[in-house]
Amino acid sequence: MSEPVQVPTSAAGSAIEVRDLEMSYGSFVLMRDLTFTIRQGDIFIIMGGSGCGKSTLLKHLVGLKQPARGQISYAGISYWEAEPKEQELLKRRFGVLFQSGALWSSMTLAENIAMPLEQYTSLTPSQVRELASFKLSLVGLGGFEDFYPSEISGGMMKRAGLARAMALDPDILFFDEPSAGLDPISARLLDDLIIELSKSLGTTVVVVTHELASIFAIGTNSVFLDPDLKTMTATGDPKRLLKESSDPKVINFLTRGKSAQHL
Amino acid sequence: MSTHELTAETSPDGTLILTLQGAWKLGTLPPEQDALLAGIAAGGTIQRLGFTTAGLEQWDSGLLIFLAQLFDICRRNGIAIDQSGLPDGVCKLMKLAAPENQRTGVTHGEQRPPFLERVADAAIDQLKGFREMLAFIGDLTLTFGKLLRGKAVFRRLDLITTIQETGAQALPIVSLISLLVGMILAFVAAIQLELFGAQIYVADVVGIGMVRVMGAIMTGIVMAGRTGAAFAAQLGTMQVNEEIDALETLGFSPVEFLVLPRMLALMLMMPLLCIYADLMGVLGGMIVGVGMLDIGIMEYINESKAALNLTHFLVGLLHSFVFGILVAISGCLRGIQCQRSASAVGYAATSAVVTGIVSIIVATAIITLSCQVLGI
Repeated sequence: MSEPVQVPTSAAGSAIEVRDLEMSYGSFVLMRDLTFTIRQGDIFIIMGGSGCGKSTLLKHLVGLKQPARGQISYAGISYWEAEPKEQELLKRRFGVLFQSGALWSSMTLAENIAMPLEQYTSLTPSQVRELASFKLSLVGLGGFEDFYPSEISGGMMKRAGLARAMALDPDILFFDEPSAGLDPISARLLDDLIIELSKSLGTTVVVVTHELASIFAIGTNSVFLDPDLKTMTATGDPKRLLKESSDPKVINFLTRGKSAQHL
Repeated sequence: MSTHELTAETSPDGTLILTLQGAWKLGTLPPEQDALLAGIAAGGTIQRLGFTTAGLEQWDSGLLIFLAQLFDICRRNGIAIDQSGLPDGVCKLMKLAAPENQRTGVTHGEQRPPFLERVADAAIDQLKGFREMLAFIGDLTLTFGKLLRGKAVFRRLDLITTIQETGAQALPIVSLISLLVGMILAFVAAIQLELFGAQIYVADVVGIGMVRVMGAIMTGIVMAGRTGAAFAAQLGTMQVNEEIDALETLGFSPVEFLVLPRMLALMLMMPLLCIYADLMGVLGGMIVGVGMLDIGIMEYINESKAALNLTHFLVGLLHSFVFGILVAISGCLRGIQCQRSASAVGYAATSAVVTGIVSIIVATAIITLSCQVLGI
């Protein structure tokens, strides 16, 4: 494509735009007709029951999976129509926290965080080391620089993963089930940290979760995926959805099924 | 009372009252239940089903499966079920398991497709696998181009560690295997050559055999089992832990970052291991020659020297260099292709060894034939 490259941060308002997205595994369609916008500074929740394709949607949003149909654009640039170089530049603006942290097991925590810094910045080794230590202390892991991922607990791995996701000061942070496997207090602290980051740095945050407490505590916008209809059935501020939605499945989800008849 | 009883009574209005007594537990169910179930299934005048359980002392899943079977038959025969006589806990559990509380339309995949479709699917899968392999090799070639231009990104420490793992740490097993292969070759040759009193030529057979192919092949096979499997398991586990996804989202190419150092390490270490294996093989031959065939040590060494030339040696090195590439490719490819489960990692490791060994044998055949045609 010979069109002039747009400056990624120039577009006002929308950080990610998803149009008519269809996700599939081979010939099996998981979700279709997904259309929503994630605004800059949003804490955007992707919610829905287990196995409905939340994590797959996240993989599409971070450029790991190519959509079967439809478009995903970041600040006006359509990812899958962009040149590989441009894709690389776009990716560098993302920070991703995977479900289990996905720390590189052959490296220490400091090395994990230093990797992207060494690659994409011109900092000296001592500056890199200092920055890595600082990022670790942001998530409460100061002093753990020389530990290997196998030597720390699951919750700590998750926090270290967050430190790595923040290494390059990304514009958009993605979280795949951040509170899964965390005790309630750590989960709450992580929520607070997400709000803090979003407010102080203006980072756009996209969170895949089904933890209601988190959804209401942090979410400013959301999309609800329905596995039976294979599409999204609601989008908007979760607190407003709870009050205004007329879809019984959405209400059921947001009220922990209190409206449903159980035992 | 540890016994259990089942009595059935039909009232004139067509209600079958079942009286359950005693302990209804797994493994101690009354034999008459099967006859009862068969009786109800056969149809009849029964309209309703009721229970009295005043004498029921203990129950567990044993009672529940009996009731599940019973209810199933009743539903099919249109018999109404009155659960009021059952204990409260049993009612609740039976309600949880009732068909109306299960997901509808659950099918495990589709019906088994017809034979021809399955054959076609398998063929398409093979083609896809082949295409993936080509894409991987293409990617790897581009990455080598990057390496030559000095632009490849990988950790030097990874390269050094892999060199140590694939080189120095493989010495004991390579020593043992090649020493034994050298001895075996000597034994086999000795049986034939002794007939002509030509034992001294054992040195020729062992020397040329080991240096030209056997040293390289044995090292290749040992490395396919040892290192190829390790590569596949390492990369497969990284795939399961989403570590490879993490690399990609940060803009690192997994091929460049993970495959390249492993490939380089094997390309460097295989020829060195092969030279070592050649030496150990000749030593094995010498042990048999000197120990059993009464050949002098110097005599054996001189005969080996006379038999061997640089061509044999270089052909052996070529073999091992190619095997290094093949073992690295098969290990890394299977690791990268790994699905996201623990059993997939096992499959990846197995598959890496099989692919490695098959490709080693095929490559040996091609090189040997080429040498024959070219007169090398």
